[in-house]
Amino acid sequence: MSAAASVSAAPAAGAPLLEIEGLCKSFFGVEVLHKVGFTVHAGRVLGLVGENGSGKSTTMNIIGGVHQMDSGRIMFGGADYRPKGPRDASKQGIAFIHQELNLFRNLSIAENLFITEFPKLVPGLPFIDRGAARKRASELLAAVDLDIPPTTLVNRLSQGERQLVEIAKALGAKAKIIIFDEPTTSLTTRETDRLFDIINKLRQQGIAIIYISHILDDIMRLCDDIVVLRDGNLVGKALKADMTIERMISLMVGRNIDQLFPPRDSAIAAGPPVLEVRNITQRGTVKDISFSLRAGEVLGVSGLMGAGRSELARILFGIDDFGSGEIIVNGKALTKPTPTVCMDNGMAFLTEDRRAEGLMMEAPIDHNIALSSLQAYAGGFAHKIDSTRLNADVSKMSASVQIGARDIANTLVKNLSGGNQQKVVIGKWLLREPTVFILDEPTRGIDVGAKNEVYKIINRLAAGGAGILMISSEIEELVGMSDRIMVMAHGEIRATFERGAFDREELLRAAMWDGIRSNAK
Amino acid sequence: MTSTDVTAVSKPRAQAGWKRLLLSEYLVLVLTVFYFAVMWTIVPEIATADTLLDILRAMMPLLVVAIGQTFVLIVAGIDLSAPSIIAMASVVGASVLTGDGGYANGTGFEIIAGILAFIAVGAVIGTFNGLCTTRFNMPSFIVTLTTMMFFSGAAIWYTTVHTDASSIGNLPRGFIGIGQGTFFGGLPFSLFVVLVVGGAAHFILSRTVYGRWLYAVGLNPRAAAVSGVPVRRVIFWAFVISGVCAAIASILYTGRLETGTPVLGQRILLDVIGAAVIGGVSLFGGKGKILWTIFGVLFLTVIDKSLQLMGLPIASVFAIKGSIILAAAVIDAVRHRVLVRG
Repeated sequence: MSAAASVSAAPAAGAPLLEIEGLCKSFFGVEVLHKVGFTVHAGRVLGLVGENGSGKSTTMNIIGGVHQMDSGRIMFGGADYRPKGPRDASKQGIAFIHQELNLFRNLSIAENLFITEFPKLVPGLPFIDRGAARKRASELLAAVDLDIPPTTLVNRLSQGERQLVEIAKALGAKAKIIIFDEPTTSLTTRETDRLFDIINKLRQQGIAIIYISHILDDIMRLCDDIVVLRDGNLVGKALKADMTIERMISLMVGRNIDQLFPPRDSAIAAGPPVLEVRNITQRGTVKDISFSLRAGEVLGVSGLMGAGRSELARILFGIDDFGSGEIIVNGKALTKPTPTVCMDNGMAFLTEDRRAEGLMMEAPIDHNIALSSLQAYAGGFAHKIDSTRLNADVSKMSASVQIGARDIANTLVKNLSGGNQQKVVIGKWLLREPTVFILDEPTRGIDVGAKNEVYKIINRLAAGGAGILMISSEIEELVGMSDRIMVMAHGEIRATFERGAFDREELLRAAMWDGIRSNAK
Repeated sequence: MTSTDVTAVSKPRAQAGWKRLLLSEYLVLVLTVFYFAVMWTIVPEIATADTLLDILRAMMPLLVVAIGQTFVLIVAGIDLSAPSIIAMASVVGASVLTGDGGYANGTGFEIIAGILAFIAVGAVIGTFNGLCTTRFNMPSFIVTLTTMMFFSGAAIWYTTVHTDASSIGNLPRGFIGIGQGTFFGGLPFSLFVVLVVGGAAHFILSRTVYGRWLYAVGLNPRAAAVSGVPVRRVIFWAFVISGVCAAIASILYTGRLETGTPVLGQRILLDVIGAAVIGGVSLFGGKGKILWTIFGVLFLTVIDKSLQLMGLPIASVFAIKGSIILAAAVIDAVRHRVLVRG
């Protein structure tokens, strides 16, 4: 049976296929979805937009069976739908194509397509019918217009082709609804066009599509219905004809900055430049980046996921290489930066992934805080550590960043909350008294109280004369904390805003520049 | 307070005691003492001064190798090449020392030259292991497996070049004294060597920057790199240290046997790694102490000696030893589960 045949049994285009009502979900007491409800129709594409943290992913994860809803109701094809897990959801006809594709790169296309259920030579026996697998794989690939032998290893496919394989896999599983999460971020323009052709074809076959994207132009081009989320609330629901990009942006933003951000004395921010970046270019990640960061200044970096912000930070701290350009720290050009060289010149770097790159989870708090400063406390031939002095300073630091743990020598970092873990990483760097501090998503995954404390630390540091480069996906945070904000898109700096001229809609518009521009022409 | 209250309070306390013992870093030592006590009832000879001295003597070279191995295990590596380093160093060192035309024979400082030759072999092979793992990002398992095969063969070849016999004998008395000599009326001289090596290793691991870096690399190499730890250099030196430790063990073995032989140390590899792991050193890196390694080696050596005393055939010795190690591993697994549950 071919994929096309399997979908012809789907309901006629336009019939409501998935009805979501009053969906609520909380994590650790924080409500992330509040009574969200919308309807997905067979043969139509629903665009789902919203800022990072607005609840898009949570909604999709509930539909995809990754999370369970707290309350609310989902009807799928007229029946109550409550998937027990991702497998159950996919069995019932929901396919979720993640941003990070879930293919086994070391296996062939055919093996990937049938990884959960290979055609068998004899039913009930574990022998794979390779011929049948190849034949069915070819049919599925033809359905997504991919003319590649199914024996090809996924390794050798481009990102766009891999995505088509994912779609073929969804068709093979007889999906009735296919969810795309930011499918075009890593695709070229040609690949994007090809993807849209396929999505249009799927729509004609009566498959329902949920399309999540930050690229509002794509949403306008592709979708029939548009749903806008903000802070876990549904703030807009309209047909494409009744929606504009401008309106989507103002719906997505529109929030007041509350007392979360401690006041800053901007008068201090007028010191000499501590970090000067000139024409940094690295193929595929950042292009011609130039800016200068002054002592006492908080320079915010805004942009969408994949805009090259973290990549820039990693280049500046010597973790990743760069092709051309200059990095000057405190007046000294770093020709071949490595983390050690950068640290010796007064830099510090708070990674966006504290679990993988920031902390030794199995080690106690004090060892983590001390890690970057050990040499300053050691002397003699063997580099023996002066543990009295080190422990005293580490305890002082732990108290100063307010880590909520009684025994820093015996509490493992893995047992701390996200906020306290982040304070451990911050404490580790503050012990070095950095003059340039690069913060990549400093408040990701920590609660509001801890956020406020992190902001206070940042302000204190800036007041002490350090230059701070703060990357964040939360526009409110940047607006509340920065003296200047740079907006990045596609690896370039697209705009810079001075404090006082911050406008959240303008910021978002600059980040989504491409969408606006191509929409205008 | 009623009686039910009392039981309600005392039961958790008893449990806590068990838990404390289970989680204690002295657990292996306690198990060893317990095992020893049980064995005492079966083979009373185990508690004689001679036997205890035997155990001590048998432990020493093994301990030096295990201490070196601990460094590599802490950075989440493994050094399988230790036996071949022992063999290679033994024949190279003996070829320098021997009275039958040794390179340094008759110079007057043949013992110093010989010891340097031992150490050099360990350092060179350790350097090779370290370079391959850090520069080419090869898994240490493969690197050290191949060096082990290569140098096991090379040691035999080297012997055939120097002598028609299967080993190089006629070593100076002064050198043999390192392996066989005693001080303070009976304590083996090798104990002194081990105390120096063990003391230095303990100092490095617990008191120096390099020690802290070793654990950091083992726990999270990416975070260590971002925090300014020279990850490659740290791993490299762990292999050099392991190589040198194996060479020092080779000095002790060679001195004890009075000959340099290419079959030296063939059996000890799994004992060494097993001892470290039983002691509590993690194969996944980031966890280990010299004290733990010492306990592990003591445990294995006591088992070996007790089985030897019981006069069991070699086949059953292996089987029993295997089961005892398995039992220790099960206790370790239980301990981990308790740790996770808290």
